[in-house]
Amino acid sequence: MPANSWTPDQPIVAIHDLHKSFGALEVLKGVSLEVMKGEVICIIGPSGSGKSTLIRCINALNPVDSGSILVEGQEVNDPAVDKLALRKKVGMVFQQYNLFPHKTALQNVMMAPLKVLKQPRGEVEKRARALLTRVNLEGKEDSYPGELSGGQQQRVAIARSLAMNPDVMLFDEVTAALDPETVKEVLVAIKDLAQSGMTCILVTHEMGFAREVADHIYFTDRGVIVEHGPPATFFTESSDPRTREFLSQIL
Amino acid sequence: MEGATTDLPVLRPFRPVARGGPADLGFSRWLAEMPPIALLGFAFLACAWPIVAAAQGNFTTAQAFDALWRWMPFLVSKGFALNILISFFTMLTGTVAGVLLGLGQVSPLRPLAATCWFVTQLFRNSPWLVLLFIVMLAFPFEIEIAGTVYLIPDWTKAVFGLALPIMANISEIVRGGIQSVPTGQWEAAESLAFTRGQTLWQIILPQCFKRMIPPWMNWYAILTMATPLVSLLGVEELVTLSRQAMEAEDNHPELLMPFFGFALVIFFLYCYPIARWTLRLERRFAVRQ
Repeated sequence: MPANSWTPDQPIVAIHDLHKSFGALEVLKGVSLEVMKGEVICIIGPSGSGKSTLIRCINALNPVDSGSILVEGQEVNDPAVDKLALRKKVGMVFQQYNLFPHKTALQNVMMAPLKVLKQPRGEVEKRARALLTRVNLEGKEDSYPGELSGGQQQRVAIARSLAMNPDVMLFDEVTAALDPETVKEVLVAIKDLAQSGMTCILVTHEMGFAREVADHIYFTDRGVIVEHGPPATFFTESSDPRTREFLSQIL
Repeated sequence: MEGATTDLPVLRPFRPVARGGPADLGFSRWLAEMPPIALLGFAFLACAWPIVAAAQGNFTTAQAFDALWRWMPFLVSKGFALNILISFFTMLTGTVAGVLLGLGQVSPLRPLAATCWFVTQLFRNSPWLVLLFIVMLAFPFEIEIAGTVYLIPDWTKAVFGLALPIMANISEIVRGGIQSVPTGQWEAAESLAFTRGQTLWQIILPQCFKRMIPPWMNWYAILTMATPLVSLLGVEELVTLSRQAMEAEDNHPELLMPFFGFALVIFFLYCYPIARWTLRLERRFAVRQ
């Protein structure tokens, strides 16, 4: 293993010329982007434009065909990559929450630190309770996922991922499956996280939210990044006709 | 709405169907839902048979049942007990082997998964009696270890013969159970840096274990009902001993229905509660899901 020469002033996630196909369907056609530590990135774009695939490649849930993904200087697109070490650094929250239904909220949050990181139970429990409080779920520690609303489940999922103390958080359309009235509570939790300095990469359809929290917005369409920029200019001064059409439909 | 009859499918109770899970409880359902009238009809036949057959000799129904009464303790303690013993050991062997085979079927190692799939399909689709004959005749009846000759009793070979199809069917229960858990669970565990083994044992199996119990019990009932097959190979279980008892009673045709009828009833009394229990568990676990 070569010495890792990554320093915090370099991009924490650097993607270069990423290609990915599912059979004959090319989903990513040469995507490049860079995320600095502490930045909040939103990836927007029409359905099927490869947003979710892109974000899932970052923690090696999807293997890629060619190109490079560096996470803290470590190449993800390498058969010899230590996936477990990578996933300890990169947390992920899914559209469908994917909580473990046979465990309570607290057990869901505690499970990975206990079983994967082998940390002492007392310390893990203390941290897990603090995390649940942080996402406003005090009092729901002993509820099973089936007893919680969608928004509550999604916040448990965020706490579960944070319990591993990741350096980067990935959010894959985390509000898309929620009832409108519970979307806000999840967005508040993410915003709090973003403002605390966590590096976040979000795939989202919530334009207002993206505008509010993102440092940088990427617009993808048909497997390429069409345009990107800080929200202040992205929403008002976008030049590409595809971006303008998408924004006109959604805003 | 409870109990209301309706033709509209949307108004009927929702019965989730496990994806890929062969939760086929056909046998238990058939057995558990057998109407009591069927038993009455059967009892009538058992009593009527000697009357019909009486024309052939001077042996009466009362004498036939008297013979059965005398033989009953022997038939139960030596015959039926062996059937149950065979069913226990077969289920034990078949379950251990079947769980391993089923886990092999979902292995990420392609050659292992393909081999386990092939073995499962092979034994799942073979006639039980053929498997029994192969095992009974191909295996030695005695082995010599360090100069001492050990006899292998027939019934232990029967256990291995019956365990093969049980193993294959339990392999399918395990595979179906594991695959009925949504893939999102695997992905969530993966993204939390769980290894595949940890994911399987701590996250996937605890979720589908309960769902596997009813089909597993269903196969136990089927197996128990199938244990008299080994009488064709000379194992001295209930049916073999019943035949020998009837021979000892001079082979009167009037003996047939009482003796074999008794065999039917005792198997029914043993398997019927299991079938009822299986269906009850299945309903309970279905609601919990």
